[in-house]
Amino acid sequence: MNQTYFEDVEIGSEVPTLRKDPTPQQLVKYAGASGDFYQIHYDVEYANNNGLPGIILHGALKNAFLGQLMTDYVGHHGSLKKLSCQYRGMDVPGNPVYAKGTVVKKYVENGENLVECEIWLENHEGQKTTPGYAIVSLPEKS
Amino acid sequence: MAESESVITQEMKDAIGVESKPTVYSIEKNAVMRFAQAIGDTNPIFTDEDKASKTPYKGMIAPPTFLRSMQHVSTGEDESRIKSPYPANVDGGSEWEYFEPIRVGDTITSTTYLADIHERQGGKFGNMLIMIRETKYINQSKKTVALQRTTGISYQPQD
Repeated sequence: MNQTYFEDVEIGSEVPTLRKDPTPQQLVKYAGASGDFYQIHYDVEYANNNGLPGIILHGALKNAFLGQLMTDYVGHHGSLKKLSCQYRGMDVPGNPVYAKGTVVKKYVENGENLVECEIWLENHEGQKTTPGYAIVSLPEKS
Repeated sequence: MAESESVITQEMKDAIGVESKPTVYSIEKNAVMRFAQAIGDTNPIFTDEDKASKTPYKGMIAPPTFLRSMQHVSTGEDESRIKSPYPANVDGGSEWEYFEPIRVGDTITSTTYLADIHERQGGKFGNMLIMIRETKYINQSKKTVALQRTTGISYQPQD
């Protein structure tokens, strides 16, 4: 697994993009694995009756994609300190979504090498449906 | 047109700050693996005991948002959940702060309280009730592993 080091990161650096291709099957798997059986995530008729265009991704699944974006980024020697996101737009299965991030701040606090990133989930039309931020601690090379 | 009356009752206001009964949850290996598979994450620290034992974690840990599934195993009454007059719900957002890894084998105790409640009229989904809840997760060594702040939105579906 790739390891990001504090020395390699600059403000404006990109977090490597994570592409996901959610399907109705993935939503069912997520429902089972998380215990969230709210019907808007697998029952089209139920979703329509709730004013939704069809079944939509669980907010928590999108949160998990952003979590993976960051745990991939920090590797096994760094750690995730904060992860935050807002579900501004709905995402539907059948189209790819992209988890992305950019470094906005880099500092040392209490002996920890901290990096703050603006992160978001983008749909296939380039709209940021799920903006957020993360703070990670990264190791040094030396 | 006059603004409709507030749907926030005294009962809802009284629920602010009241801590729920604790939920106790075992972090089981297969549950963690299943969660990682469901989100499509192949990182060996979440999926492979042998490989995970050779990392600085020295064993399997859970993906950062895994703890969220604890709230769905709660069996008793949850004092932090109030009864909304609106039938439909959507998730508004989530904020996590992490202090310790969530290890396979851990026993995690969580408590939640309603931190704030407000309403918005005539929004994207019509009238909405917005509930901010905070959950604290503590492990068997009494260390706080994570704090989570969630925004829940309930609304009246529009025709």
